[in-house]
Amino acid sequence: MDRMAYIAMTGARQTELAQAVTSNNLANISTTGFRADLHGFRNLQVAGEGAPTRHNAIAETYATDFSPGATVTTGRDLDVAIAGQGFLVVQTADGGEAYTRAGDLRTNSAGQLLTAKGDAVLGDSGPIAIPPSTSITIGTDGTVSVQVLGQGPQTLAAVGRLRLVNPPLESLEKSADGLFRRTDGEASPADASVKLTPGALESSNVNVAETLVTMISLARQYELQVKTMTTAEENADAAAGLLRIR
Amino acid sequence: MNQALWVAKTGLDAQQTRMTVVSNNLANVNTNGFKRGRVVFEDLIYQNQRQVGGQSSQNTVLPSGLNVGTGVRVVATEQLHTQGSILQTENSLDMAILGRGYFQVLLPDATLGYTRDGAFQQDAQGQIVTASGYPIQPPVTLPPQTQSITIGVDGTVSATLQGQSAPVQVGTIQTVDFVNPVGLQPRGENLYLETVASGTAQPGTPGLNGLGGIQQGALEGSNVNVVEELVNMIETQRAYEMNSKAISTNDQMLQFLNNNI
Repeated sequence: MDRMAYIAMTGARQTELAQAVTSNNLANISTTGFRADLHGFRNLQVAGEGAPTRHNAIAETYATDFSPGATVTTGRDLDVAIAGQGFLVVQTADGGEAYTRAGDLRTNSAGQLLTAKGDAVLGDSGPIAIPPSTSITIGTDGTVSVQVLGQGPQTLAAVGRLRLVNPPLESLEKSADGLFRRTDGEASPADASVKLTPGALESSNVNVAETLVTMISLARQYELQVKTMTTAEENADAAAGLLRIR
Repeated sequence: MNQALWVAKTGLDAQQTRMTVVSNNLANVNTNGFKRGRVVFEDLIYQNQRQVGGQSSQNTVLPSGLNVGTGVRVVATEQLHTQGSILQTENSLDMAILGRGYFQVLLPDATLGYTRDGAFQQDAQGQIVTASGYPIQPPVTLPPQTQSITIGVDGTVSATLQGQSAPVQVGTIQTVDFVNPVGLQPRGENLYLETVASGTAQPGTPGLNGLGGIQQGALEGSNVNVVEELVNMIETQRAYEMNSKAISTNDQMLQFLNNNI
């Protein structure tokens, strides 16, 4: 069989996968704190007989785009956006630590501070619990202070400080649940240089124009691969025709 | 089948839900005590097609893998329990809570509902009821000869009766508070129900222990910010269009494949 058709088929299949990555970025255009996935193609030499110049294209998500998204002011007291680089630390269901930029926080009936996903947000000394309060203020350094119910504004109580970290970006990997985890297994100490913007949320950092252009370009690339498959078929047809003439 | 099609479909679904919430906020822009909703999006799980760091040969590892996300979902629609604007109505049975707290009303199924809508009325027995006819709890009944009603900041209801100069106290209005008001379940009719997430209702005297005081002759409007909702609507529409663009692009790819192979 002609291997040309197979190489083109691999190219088309991998383009479909890249298209799925692009569609996922577009689908998450309104997801708070979402970081776009960057995809690329790598060439992989085709093993076996025949010309050694033949390479299959393999799609891969080689990195995450960590550029900041737009800050949207909401005015809600439990919304925080991270200004510049940095992450909030959450405790996942398995007890491990993960990092996120989604700052739409909430409390449960016990007053524990959670992310929208339901993971506990970690402070400098473990999860933060907020007592019944009239108002909650989160400072730019992550300090959570509350006006305890029944007490005047002169008695603001600091109940904890959000742990803000800034691990090296190359050590972070997006896990299956969309949270970031360190691949080198090291802990991230609190970084005082990370600042919050209270009362705001960071929108997704998907660049719409770029993503749409990527999508169109991938669609054309796909058509090229299909065209190559048709050419392979035509070649085979022509060869079969030659045999018929004889 | 083509994964991208289904990923884009989740985007359409999510934006559709957001549009519903935005429309509901806009529809309730004049509803007393309405608390606007907000959708919370979350990315769906990632499929690991090729593991990063896997062995590409005995001595080499793959420098990067292929993680394909599967789209987006609406994880929650939360109510934002911020204070709405206070409108002066001068109607003696209109009440607004300035700060935390909810009025407690008795529902027909003998459970309690909670509301910020202070547009109360009297029923045939003189009982103070909501616009839907549900009596406030604990019940307050106004005597038949009532000339005028005064409701204090702490919820004390006093009535001036016909032929009497001194007002008499006829009842007290209690408000309740929750640890986590966002956890309340909206029921319609401007009512909220207690849930496991909200914590149990803690009754108290208005104006004390952090509960907001009651202002007579005023109503709390909805806390919908019209400008914000319109901007949300524009953003939702464009996001919807982009996701449908993704579907049509993938459709064209498959069409090209069908037509040419």
